[in-house]
Amino acid sequence: MAEKKVMLGNEAIARGAYEAGVKVSSAYPGTPSTEISENLVKYPEVYCEWAPNEKVAMEVAVGASISGVRAMASMKHVGFNVAADPMYTASYIGANGGLVAVVADDPGMYSSQNEQDTRQICRAAQVPVLEPSDSQEAKDFMKLAFDLSEQFDTPMVLRTTTRLAHSQGVVALEDRVVPEDKVYERNIAKNVMMPGNAIKRHIFVEQRLKDMAEAANTLVVAKEGFSKDVPLNRVEMNDTKIGFITSGIPYTYVKEACPNASVLKLGMVHPLPKKLIEEFASKVDTLYIFEELEPVIEEQVRAWGIDCIGKEAFTVQGEYSANMIRKVVLKENLSINTPAEVPARPPLLCPGCPHRSVYTVLNKLKIHAAGDIGCYTLGAVAPLSVVDTTICMGASISSLHGMEMAKGKEYIKNWVAVIGDSTFMHTGVNSLMNMVYNQGTGTVIILDNSTTGMTGHQDHAATGKTLQGKVVPAINIYHLCKSMGIEHVTEVNAFDIKELEKVIKEEVARDAVSVIITKSPCALLKEVHFPNKCVPVPEKCKKCGMCLKPGCPALTKNEDGTISIDATMCNGCGLCKNLCPFDAIEEVAK
Amino acid sequence: MTETKNIMIVGVGGQGTLLTSRILGGIILTAGYDVKLSEVHGMAQRGGSVVTFVRYGEKVAEPIVEEGQADVLIAFERLEALRYAHFLKPGGALVINDQRIDPITVVTGAAQYPENIIEDLSKTYKVYSIDAAAEALKLGNSRVFNNIVLGVAAQHMDFSKEDWLDVIAKTVPPKTIEINQKAFLVGYEM
Repeated sequence: MAEKKVMLGNEAIARGAYEAGVKVSSAYPGTPSTEISENLVKYPEVYCEWAPNEKVAMEVAVGASISGVRAMASMKHVGFNVAADPMYTASYIGANGGLVAVVADDPGMYSSQNEQDTRQICRAAQVPVLEPSDSQEAKDFMKLAFDLSEQFDTPMVLRTTTRLAHSQGVVALEDRVVPEDKVYERNIAKNVMMPGNAIKRHIFVEQRLKDMAEAANTLVVAKEGFSKDVPLNRVEMNDTKIGFITSGIPYTYVKEACPNASVLKLGMVHPLPKKLIEEFASKVDTLYIFEELEPVIEEQVRAWGIDCIGKEAFTVQGEYSANMIRKVVLKENLSINTPAEVPARPPLLCPGCPHRSVYTVLNKLKIHAAGDIGCYTLGAVAPLSVVDTTICMGASISSLHGMEMAKGKEYIKNWVAVIGDSTFMHTGVNSLMNMVYNQGTGTVIILDNSTTGMTGHQDHAATGKTLQGKVVPAINIYHLCKSMGIEHVTEVNAFDIKELEKVIKEEVARDAVSVIITKSPCALLKEVHFPNKCVPVPEKCKKCGMCLKPGCPALTKNEDGTISIDATMCNGCGLCKNLCPFDAIEEVAK
Repeated sequence: MTETKNIMIVGVGGQGTLLTSRILGGIILTAGYDVKLSEVHGMAQRGGSVVTFVRYGEKVAEPIVEEGQADVLIAFERLEALRYAHFLKPGGALVINDQRIDPITVVTGAAQYPENIIEDLSKTYKVYSIDAAAEALKLGNSRVFNNIVLGVAAQHMDFSKEDWLDVIAKTVPPKTIEINQKAFLVGYEM
């Protein structure tokens, strides 16, 4: 019997790619997709890398596929927007070696700035989509995706959601089988997408989707441990009073709430198997379409004139549940105690976070920040209240430039753009080029904590280490900015609040683009060790509250107005000590 | 066992709830059950409210525990116990580590930390509370409080003491096996 292991959805996807013989993988980290690359890199047979952004990652995978090997890129849903440009045209080129993009949606927005549905982009790009329901299927579907890619000459998308990516389940392991590399032959009609060629390939793409829709009625997944192959789109005929068409994680909610209902479980959610759906719909009395986010399946089913219940009963927002079915479909009166009204506990910057130090200075100077994507988005909320805008990766610098072009340079004298080092390398660098080229005068603060922090410490081109752990020359952000012709680039220690205040005042007043690189590694990095910790000296305390302004979670106010510092949380960054005007906090050895 | 068993672990990001779910996952597999675990990564981890769902039985469909369905709710902090108590099914066990961590909304004065949480919850739920930090300190290692809490919760699950100790030995760093097993027993024999 095959070895069985409990695996995270993302770990199972990596395993599936490994077993399928993937040779090249490129990705940019993004919750909830990051652990795919972090697990794939454990297989030395696979070349894995972090790319600066998802567009680059996708193009690396397309190139590898054209050369004849199995290749993949993985990303979160908003990263797929960045990768959309190559994907829309890769759809025309198709695949030589199997080509798969793994895209992770985030219903409920646990860690994202929007709730978009990847299936809609895939429909627009005419790329087929598989959607697994658990870790075992995540592995099986990943392998099938590579097979289908080669069989139908198409890139494939494996769509997951946060719940699948970050749930663990039992997975049966199989061996890696590497197919022979496909031969590369120069073929400009297929690989050079200029109009004359692309017009012909578009016809191919339309036919390919029709062929796949037809095949979807009967496609099978080869599954280890089963006596025969399992249909990809599976009909589970039971009681016919209620029927569900569903896929992915929502399928598990259906099985939980209505184990006796009839179910059409879709493994491929684009293109849809029309015959199978029509046949299933004709056999059940009431048909529910149970899909998280947008009515992608529902609208197509309705367009075929099939009566069903979908978004009028189930929300387009957030995650679904079995209780939702119990209430809406089964009309059960669930006896659930009323939730208590409790204070929210939002995420916050960690004790010792260098961003807190920079934001404390910006807050003091009453400066607004055009923000970006990373832990430092948390500077939007009280008590720091510095970040005014968050849009997407790289948008801090370009949106600040837009404000200046709209309202003039005086308008942004109390504004800066804040962006992390990894986000700067992702797309911020383009925005900075634009600011320089078009004669802006904005001040850009690059919060350089030497890592991709929010997603759990991934390296990037400016950290000097690859995904595979190899030490390589780091791209120097200072010189990169200088090379664009920016005269005023200043590096400051993020915790030197006096120097930081001086530099920020000077640079925002300046009528030229300037960059301030605040350097201090993320407090959670293993190599970060402050030798001391901070302790209050109550007899010197004047209860002014200065130390509490940065909102460090290690500090709490006592009833008498003095403060306590939690010794297990304090990492000794010294910010509170430096803010205290009365020396009422001192540093002692840990 | 025919019914799927539902366990929840809640706390504050950074409290180390992940270790508890790893030990729990380990013992369930040893017993040969089907298991699904679900947890939150990313932004919410940064000092926010965190939840882990663990479900096991003959065949598990969904990976989450829903409102009104939990057999055991393990709360590493009082306010988080209050936040998630309604996930318990009637008669379910609520294990609370009697610790207070103020959320930023309380620190800034925007909200009040509720008083008498444990007393109030005891009116509706079967509450088992423990000051695990104090107990851990007695053992000489404040960091093993998680396993004391797990020990209390283990009284409401059907695995043997020997199996628990075995799985702890396989999961924690080798140097800390003894102290972690001791910590577990403090809770288990309470």
